[in-house]
Amino acid sequence: MPHDNATLEAVSIDQAEGNFSFPEAYDYDAGYGLTEQVIDYISDAKQEADWVRDFRKRALKVFLDKPMPTHWASKDLENIHFDNIRYYLAKGQRPTRSWDEVPDDVKQTFERLGIPEKERKYLAGVEAQFDSEAAYSNVKEELEKQGVIFVNSTEGLREHPEIFRKWFGKVIPTGDNKFSALNSAVFSGGSFIYVPPGVKVAHPLQAYFRINAENFGQFERTLIIVDEGAEVTYMEGCTAPKFETATLHSAVVELVAMKDAKIQYITVQNWSNNVFNLVTKRGLAHENAEIRWIDCNIGSRLTMKYPGVIMKGRKARGEVISIALANDGQHQDTGAKMIHAADETTSNVVSKSISVGTGRSTYRGQVHIPKHLKGCKNNTECDALLINTSSRTDTYPAITVRGNQHATQHEASVSQVSEDQIFYMQQRGLSEAEAMSLSVNGFVNDLVREFPMEYSVELKRLIDLEMEGSVG
Amino acid sequence: MNASLSINDLHVSVDGTEIIKGLTLEIPKGEVHAIMGPNGSGKSTLAKVLAGHEDYEVTGGSVTMDGQDVLGMEIDERSRAGLFLAFQYPHEIPGVSNANFLRAALQARLPKGEEIDAVAFYKEMYARMDELEMDRKFTGRSVNEGFSGGEKKRNEILQMMMLEPSFAILDETDSGLDIDALRIVAQGVNSMRSPARGFLVITHYQRLLDYIVPDHVHVMFDGRIVRSGDKSLALELEEKGYDWVKEELAA
Ligand SMILES: Nc1ncnc2c1ncn2[C@@H]1O[C@H](COP(=O)(O)OP(=O)(O)O)[C@@H](O)[C@H]1O
Ligand SMILES: [Mg+2]
Repeated sequence: MPHDNATLEAVSIDQAEGNFSFPEAYDYDAGYGLTEQVIDYISDAKQEADWVRDFRKRALKVFLDKPMPTHWASKDLENIHFDNIRYYLAKGQRPTRSWDEVPDDVKQTFERLGIPEKERKYLAGVEAQFDSEAAYSNVKEELEKQGVIFVNSTEGLREHPEIFRKWFGKVIPTGDNKFSALNSAVFSGGSFIYVPPGVKVAHPLQAYFRINAENFGQFERTLIIVDEGAEVTYMEGCTAPKFETATLHSAVVELVAMKDAKIQYITVQNWSNNVFNLVTKRGLAHENAEIRWIDCNIGSRLTMKYPGVIMKGRKARGEVISIALANDGQHQDTGAKMIHAADETTSNVVSKSISVGTGRSTYRGQVHIPKHLKGCKNNTECDALLINTSSRTDTYPAITVRGNQHATQHEASVSQVSEDQIFYMQQRGLSEAEAMSLSVNGFVNDLVREFPMEYSVELKRLIDLEMEGSVG
Repeated sequence: MNASLSINDLHVSVDGTEIIKGLTLEIPKGEVHAIMGPNGSGKSTLAKVLAGHEDYEVTGGSVTMDGQDVLGMEIDERSRAGLFLAFQYPHEIPGVSNANFLRAALQARLPKGEEIDAVAFYKEMYARMDELEMDRKFTGRSVNEGFSGGEKKRNEILQMMMLEPSFAILDETDSGLDIDALRIVAQGVNSMRSPARGFLVITHYQRLLDYIVPDHVHVMFDGRIVRSGDKSLALELEEKGYDWVKEELAA
């Protein structure tokens, strides 16, 4: 590979999309490709402790040794060129462009979604920072009083190792999969949160409060520990499309719910069409604890995401509620993993996918209940909606239930919006596109209700927007 | 410009088979026309073709509404231009509440940028539901999902009342209704009769026409209107049966 940035810039994947160009030179990034030097560079820049540096280096080895999971996953993974990726850009070194350079259709989309002015600039990559200090400072004060820690991964590992080191990389070991290993080697950004015993955080914590160059990075690392009897809701992402220049995103999110704790993790992501979004998310639920993943994935070239819950303590509960929308040229490969590891544990999976045009949705579910346990329950429902005949959907549920003292229920359906339904709706005055939007919104309606109010309104608008081009 | 729904020598085929074979009918505003006919004579086909269903191919003739060509319009354009069809078999729309559906349909009639007045909308809808003796719980339920046959038909009439069309086609609205429901639905329709609105009431039985008294009755057979008259024709038909028409035709 050539090693001057200008050449690499010209051949990188995002340039092939032809959308944007960034003439600036980057003096403070780690360069292209993935080597031990890059790791040292990141660790130096972050002034990390030796144990973190070693953790990264071990992860790099695991990553390099592990084959691509193309024996079961999409061959499209082979199109990721790891040498063409910049793994770390120091704070403030993100590429920027002027508002004039943002394409008109992108601006229109912001308009249609009603995204506030200030956020548009950030989302379009015009501003590297989103100034939300005002909104955040009130929350911050309240959190500090309650002893809640809410920092980024660098700060979390550096300032509070006594809290975070114990669980870091434990719920999702480095070697879990090739992309968790990659993240473990080069992670930056993400949120580290600790909620002390008995504290019920009143308002959802949002990644949004803390948006900065690192937070929405390519290799976010999040660890949320909620102590006994405490509760928190965390929200990441937003419905606005992120116009990404980086094509590979690989986050790792670990949740730990101690006895009687509750965690709700809400994601809404709308990636641009060039993005590979390969995410590992898993929670560990102790006795009588509850972990809920509420997830909405829209856009991207390929998303692979199977949030999981390990129910380690008696009466622990796990839930995954997900909506995936694959439009033309997109592939949503999503699902859930429910690992029952104690008696009387309960899990629930409800997944709805929508495939439009050449879009493709895959559901992969794993439910594991070993023989020696008693009184476990699982409910799995996955429904797919096909918008036209060339769409495809696949379901791979793997339910391993041993022993007979458990209750499991599995339902799957594939449906289409029928022509007669559209005719009926059009006869009442709705255009074909409006009829389609309303039908799709109807399909996901019961799940959209699980999202906070402001998200559900945005989701509806987003679905309208996605459906607009799908008919005619 | 003539204020009527005007069908002239209409020919319609499905998959190459002619179903409507030269049908002419004029429904001026202010009048109620009934079409009766045996099963399979093409009544629903006529209704759907007027609404613009794409399975049916118009091979000849014309349809105008207040002088405006209808056959060139999209399905939704026809609706917004004032044409309403109460379906023989209303479709279900999973996950979309009755209230939201009606609201979207009304919103579609407003100019761009104008928002429907939600308070006025609910007030109007509740008033109409009361007239039709529909429980308020139907506003939150998915459109027609799990409704009984009779509830679906009432829901069609509710939609008609809310959308206030200039021409309404009711396709076997009486089928599936018990006598009480029939009376309520007929009252709803009668309350909508006005000099500004025309009706085409399709029915298999004369029973409905005791409640919705038509100005004209047409008998349809094998894709054509074979007889027209006043409301007494319906009674005659009821008395003598459809075979009577067939025999007369053969003669
Ligand atoms: N979509 C269709 N495809 C094929 N044949 C149809 C279709 N719709 C109606 N037909 C045929 O056209 C004829 C008239 O049907 P229809 O209009 O439903 O009659 P009616 O409503 O008077 O009972 C019947 O023979 C029916 O089988
Ligand atoms: Mg019929």
